[in-house]
Amino acid sequence: MSETFRTISENNTLDKSKVINFTFNGDSFQGYEGDTLASALIANGVHLVGRSFKYHRPRGFLGVGVEEPNAMVQLHEGDKSEPNIMATEVEITEGLKAKSQNCWPSVKFDIGEINNVLKRFFPAGFYYKTFMWPKSFWMKVYEPIIRRAAGMGVAPIKPDPDRYEHNYEHCDVLVVGSGPSGLASALAAANNGARVILAEDKAHFGGSLLTDNVTIGNKSGKEWADETISYLKSLPNVIVKNRSQVFGYYDHNMTVMFERVSDHIHNPEKYMPRQRLHYIRAGEVIISTGSIERPLSFGNNDRPGIFLASAANEYMKVYGTLVGKKPIIFTNNDSAYKAAIEFHKNNIKSLIIDTRPSSDGELVKEAQSLGLDIKFNSGIADVKGRLKVTSAIIGKFNSDKESYTSLEEFDCDCICMSGGWTPTVHLSSQAGNKLKFDESLDAFVPNNKRQKETAVGAANGSFTLNQSLAEGFQVGFDLSNSITSNNKNTSVPTSNEPSFQAHDKFWCMPLPQGKNPSRFIDFQNDVAVSDIELAFREGFRSIEHVKRYTTLGMAGDQGKTSNLNGLQHVSNIQKKIVPEVGHTTFRPPYTPVTIGTIVGREVGNHFQPTRKTPTHEWHIENNVVFTNAGLWLRPRYYPRGSETMSDAVNREALNVRKNVGICDVTSLGKIDIKGPDAAELLNRVYTNAWMKLPIGKARYGVMLREDGMVFDDGTTTRLSENHFHMTTTTAQAANVLSHLEFYLQVVWPELKVNVLSTTEQWSGAAIAGPKSRDLMQKLFPKVDFSTENFPFMGLVETEFEGIHAKLYRISFSGELAYEVNVESNHGLFMWNEIMKAGEEFGIQPYGTEALATLRIEMGHVSGPELDGRAVPYDLGLQGMVSQKKDFIGKRSLEKDAFVNPLRQTLVGLVPVDKKTKIPEGAHLVENDKASLPNPKLGHVSSSCWSVEYNNPFSIGVLKDGKNKIGQQLFAVYPLKDISIPVEVVSSHYVDPKGERVRV
Amino acid sequence: MLEIKCPYCGKRSQNEFAYGGDATVKRPNLGDEVSTKEWDNFVYFRDNPRGKHTEYWHHVAGCRQWFKASRDTATHEIFNTASLEEEL
Repeated sequence: MSETFRTISENNTLDKSKVINFTFNGDSFQGYEGDTLASALIANGVHLVGRSFKYHRPRGFLGVGVEEPNAMVQLHEGDKSEPNIMATEVEITEGLKAKSQNCWPSVKFDIGEINNVLKRFFPAGFYYKTFMWPKSFWMKVYEPIIRRAAGMGVAPIKPDPDRYEHNYEHCDVLVVGSGPSGLASALAAANNGARVILAEDKAHFGGSLLTDNVTIGNKSGKEWADETISYLKSLPNVIVKNRSQVFGYYDHNMTVMFERVSDHIHNPEKYMPRQRLHYIRAGEVIISTGSIERPLSFGNNDRPGIFLASAANEYMKVYGTLVGKKPIIFTNNDSAYKAAIEFHKNNIKSLIIDTRPSSDGELVKEAQSLGLDIKFNSGIADVKGRLKVTSAIIGKFNSDKESYTSLEEFDCDCICMSGGWTPTVHLSSQAGNKLKFDESLDAFVPNNKRQKETAVGAANGSFTLNQSLAEGFQVGFDLSNSITSNNKNTSVPTSNEPSFQAHDKFWCMPLPQGKNPSRFIDFQNDVAVSDIELAFREGFRSIEHVKRYTTLGMAGDQGKTSNLNGLQHVSNIQKKIVPEVGHTTFRPPYTPVTIGTIVGREVGNHFQPTRKTPTHEWHIENNVVFTNAGLWLRPRYYPRGSETMSDAVNREALNVRKNVGICDVTSLGKIDIKGPDAAELLNRVYTNAWMKLPIGKARYGVMLREDGMVFDDGTTTRLSENHFHMTTTTAQAANVLSHLEFYLQVVWPELKVNVLSTTEQWSGAAIAGPKSRDLMQKLFPKVDFSTENFPFMGLVETEFEGIHAKLYRISFSGELAYEVNVESNHGLFMWNEIMKAGEEFGIQPYGTEALATLRIEMGHVSGPELDGRAVPYDLGLQGMVSQKKDFIGKRSLEKDAFVNPLRQTLVGLVPVDKKTKIPEGAHLVENDKASLPNPKLGHVSSSCWSVEYNNPFSIGVLKDGKNKIGQQLFAVYPLKDISIPVEVVSSHYVDPKGERVRV
Repeated sequence: MLEIKCPYCGKRSQNEFAYGGDATVKRPNLGDEVSTKEWDNFVYFRDNPRGKHTEYWHHVAGCRQWFKASRDTATHEIFNTASLEEEL
């Protein structure tokens, strides 16, 4: 092993029998099972891991967990490559490949570091001040250069090969965080019979119990944590999850948790997803998320080797790793002394710099009794060492703490700093809790809750173990009892921990005289004390504006270590107290979440359900090209040989006009309507009359919205006195059903009618063309297909080889046509029989493109015309509107705007050259050379190649269209610089009298 | 994601429901003479309160029943839900 920075103590979470090989920037290293990438690199003496976002300054590790702002790496290679991963959150696995990001050519020699030299030219807001001129340079020159220079990792360009899952959970009590208060709450709630989920972000449970020298009952904190976890795991009403971060708190106690299922496993089982997203709807949420240590601001405080003291302590106690061997501890409070004491156990003497004049805390006394050198009333003014800290310039404060009496340089290889502790209030705040500022803690704590959440322990500002445990047990019991009423109380164990003295309200060290090193507040975004001062000088006062101008607290870490120091500094400058400055909004996610996890299984063909008709496989065997119609896959056309799409579409359409074609119409919406008031319902929802429709007859109907706009159309057939079969367009099927249900349940509950979707019960085939009657007669010899006995809009129920079949004589193509409906499971059989019988008549399948051609030629409206902006008059459907009865939307049709004769109405359009196809969406104008804005008279809605006349034909809406027939206009499409002279004709281009359907 | 109590099915997540607008609006009776102003009020004009709002929801991916809910538009708190026959 090349590593040398390990502790003497073996009492940690590493398994030293399992050596793991990994590479960082191409160099090979070894660590142990249980190491994070961060602890393994530190153990190998590697501190320089990345370059900062803006100035490309060398950066190392600051923290040990989710708070890490600096150590972002690119993991893996190829399609598994992943940028911006916190090295502190990655557990190493055999063969892991990681590298630094935002540096070139290497992390040690990075050309971008010139930005650091030039940093006086890149202050806060430099974006807004520079690169402004000339304007045309922004897109082509400045932005690409800035994008290359700034930024972080590189996004992979290939699809993500990993699998992700979503999971939905319900519980009585969700406990977030497994520190002392979280374990206490979970234990109390579980003992009281509640269904509990306990979530821990890290691999190991216990939180501060893993690092603090405390006792609970007669055990060490860690032993108590281990025991409590094994007990909880044994209970049937408890789910215990590690590597699981609750990152979002939404309405009605919906929380979202991100679980790293197999990232830490070298060869995961095939069934394991990589990561999992849990949606947890909890009765009560207990937020025991602990606290995060604050850094201190001093010159060059971002150099590699400068850690949070708590991180240094955790690296030693949990990961058996030394962050250095010549440490300086720099603190404004007692807690950092834990690191000094732990170093001492490894025979390493720390130099302790304390900003306070003195402290009587038990940890301080212990450090003194160990003979450690403590310099009170002192601070670090600056540090030396560019790629790794080598020494610190330390000074004693003057009485006003605004300068130093003298400066002295001390060698070191690491600095462990502590500016006190910030309760992790993110989830509480996301839940709508109005935080309050606690002046004794100098931090925000939860106060007024809006949802069922309760913070306990450090997250609630309760920093002693006694308080944390008492709160945890009490809250766990109270909240669970409100749900279970079991009254089973769990007794609180006694606990013992060192006493603490108050922290110093002092975070930002004075500069050494005559020097101006950067004192960073936000490491991830390179925001220094001077940037905040600049923002103030330039007039930014609101904390939200300061944040956006300086980028303080933005980016991946969302200011976990920087927010409060930033606020403190703003309040110092503005001479206000922090609560008057306020805080920025905490938003989910608390930690970065992979896009793959958010998407889950809904990728590729699983993005949405696919609806297939019973004849789906037949279409595929016949070389279909499908199109998406809502969720349905519908045949678009069936190319033969080397046919292009337009060849195939024209052939299919022409065959319907000349012979007979068959089209899969299964996807049309079908609604079964039953009840004594069924006809009355239809009379109210359709614009035309329905009461007298004879049994066995169909009628075309148009329905409106209350605002008078055409909503849907289709044919509805009376099967018996009180039984109707309604069809809707494919697109509106679901909306029409909801619409009918609304009126039946809400508006007219007195109507006795039931409605039910039967779309999937029936398989439909439209048989259209002049030879369709001959084909039908051959298929159903017992049925009389003469117009007298089976007229247009007629229904005949019959059977085919024992299968019940409903035959409708309806037509969308404008040709003589029938529709054969059989129950879905017979759909494919029926289709095959039709194809067999139709061979002698030249039957061919036709898809939605040919269907569109046929209906456009006939001037039949469809989706593009029913666009929610047309009243019946606009579409030539005024004949469908009954004057005798009231119906949904009728009153709107009387509005002035809707009876205006100059409204845009449906017309046909033929290009003057009879060759150029008119693009759908083209605008109709009188003069294509007119100056802009050129008055728009209408637009082209549907276009086809007319197979009847062998030239392009379109329909569209045109202002005062009826009076413009015969005129010449221009169809213009400015996006593609197209202008086509067109002649306005009737929308009924083929068979204007509608004779063919009635032969 | 809201949790909505369907009066027929119990508590379900919001993604099973469709919002149906202001439930205090009453459609004019069919066949009645309705002034333009009255009709425009029915079709177009809605209050947009900050606070309590009585509204329709449709359990569209469930029992397909329409029902009423009283919801705070600012906090999303749902005070109660009721079938169409019941008082909220």
